[in-house]
Amino acid sequence: MEAKQLSVFIENREGRLEDVLKVLKDNNINILSLSLADTSEYGLLRLIVNNPEVGKNALQEKGFSTMLTDVLVIRIDHKVGQLHELVYKLSKNNINLEYMYGLNVENKDASLVLKTSDINKAREILIKNGVQIVTASDIEKM
Amino acid sequence: MWNELVECMSREDLKKLQSERLIATVERVYNNVEHYRKKMDAIGLKPSDIKSVDDLVKLPYTTKADLRETYPFGLFAVPQKKIVRIHASSGTTGKATVVGYTKKDIDTWSECVARCFAMAGVTDEDIIQIAYGYGLFTGGLGAHNGAEKLGATVVPMSTGNTTKLINMMKDFNATALACTPSYLLHIAEILEGNGDLDKIKLKIAICGAEPWTEQMRMKMEKTLNIKAYDIYGLSEIMGPGVACDCEYHLGLHVNEDHFIPEIIDPKTLKPAKEGEIGELVFTTITKEGLPLIRYRTRDLTSICYDKCKCGRTQARLSKFVGRSDDMLIIRGVNVFPGQVEDALAKLEEVSMHYMMIVDRVGTLDTLEIQVEVDERFFSDEIKSLEALTKKIGHTIQQALGLSAKIKLVEPKTLERSMGKAVHVIDKRKL
Repeated sequence: MEAKQLSVFIENREGRLEDVLKVLKDNNINILSLSLADTSEYGLLRLIVNNPEVGKNALQEKGFSTMLTDVLVIRIDHKVGQLHELVYKLSKNNINLEYMYGLNVENKDASLVLKTSDINKAREILIKNGVQIVTASDIEKM
Repeated sequence: MWNELVECMSREDLKKLQSERLIATVERVYNNVEHYRKKMDAIGLKPSDIKSVDDLVKLPYTTKADLRETYPFGLFAVPQKKIVRIHASSGTTGKATVVGYTKKDIDTWSECVARCFAMAGVTDEDIIQIAYGYGLFTGGLGAHNGAEKLGATVVPMSTGNTTKLINMMKDFNATALACTPSYLLHIAEILEGNGDLDKIKLKIAICGAEPWTEQMRMKMEKTLNIKAYDIYGLSEIMGPGVACDCEYHLGLHVNEDHFIPEIIDPKTLKPAKEGEIGELVFTTITKEGLPLIRYRTRDLTSICYDKCKCGRTQARLSKFVGRSDDMLIIRGVNVFPGQVEDALAKLEEVSMHYMMIVDRVGTLDTLEIQVEVDERFFSDEIKSLEALTKKIGHTIQQALGLSAKIKLVEPKTLERSMGKAVHVIDKRKL
């Protein structure tokens, strides 16, 4: 099953990020990776957590605007040039990268979170090129 | 004084004139405007029941709702062919308020504005810049025609290019200016900042379309070394020129030979006691295209019928204290929260929870509309959120004729209320 990312809309006010993280803490949610994108008016918090459904419901109950998005979490060799190759393969096949951030670097592996313009096509291409796809159940166990 | 005969007419002669004209007007609307005939028949009123101004109270009221119901031309008392001008202003919801004029109405209007400008000291020797918006708004063309009738040298600046306005003010040695009070404030600030205050020959400013305080007027007079006057009007009644203040600033003289003013209690709809503050109502007694009977302006003020120091006998309106509806005036533009609601309702991605924050930054009014982000709206991509913000901004601009800053806020953060929802926070101290 596809990995799910939890996105939360946060106004640029003091304490909002803290409030989000407290909700996750109170619901025993472990964060594996996150990215905080900012505009002058608001922030968009993107999280990879071990239990996205629980996280979404808990945040919505507390009045946050959140959603779950299917993202591609992949594993590549932790070597110079690997990311370039990955992005090259995607662009050669006309796949747009909407956003991307790192998940983890461990020994010889690096994992990344990708949002693409066509998740199915992107997955196909990456698998064909020997890239490992990290599933939702893998993430749950992390 | 432009028309001394009329402006200093005795109250008895004025009443006789008003009565004659009122009778003729009621006759005309009853016979030519179905909407009014139905209204009068419903209360068993016939034109012959109106014998003088004293019978005005028998007549039904007219509101913006009547204009909305008969949109666009249902209240016109003459055939389409006789209408030579159409103007429009903001309606309480999405629909504009449409008004029409015959050739004679345009002349009457020019005469009224000419009187007002003359009252402010403008003569045919003056060079006057008209800095009200030209177009559907009655301000620009109304002020223009009045000034032209007066014989002044008219420069049709409109709004939108302050640099040009100031350059021409200096180059042409302009002596008079017609614009909104907040625009005058803005121009004064720029002139002061540029060190241009001693390079201009401005003597007179005639400001209207939005309320301003006595303090603000005196501050402008001092800063610019000019005389500033207050002009009043509304498109439904005519446009600018319905009333204006004289050099004594003791209230706005109403052109009573064309418009009969009344003050009513907005709750009971009965006439207020003399001198009491209430809602201003006008009956047009010379307009041919769109004569209106007892039109409720929603402006709150009082009337004084004593002869003024200037010699004029025309009734004076005191400084307006507010409105009996939810209309706002932002940068000289009439805005109803209903228009915002109507515009947002057309966008499916947006929730109906919004808040309008009105403020004044420096000299110009600002409008911010906060909209809650809810499930329909939320996207995990910033570019989608930005695109939607832009779309909302564009929709609002089209609906209001005014640009607003759109701010996305978290769900359930805007005030919810049990009764009538509060949708406006006005931070300005006028």
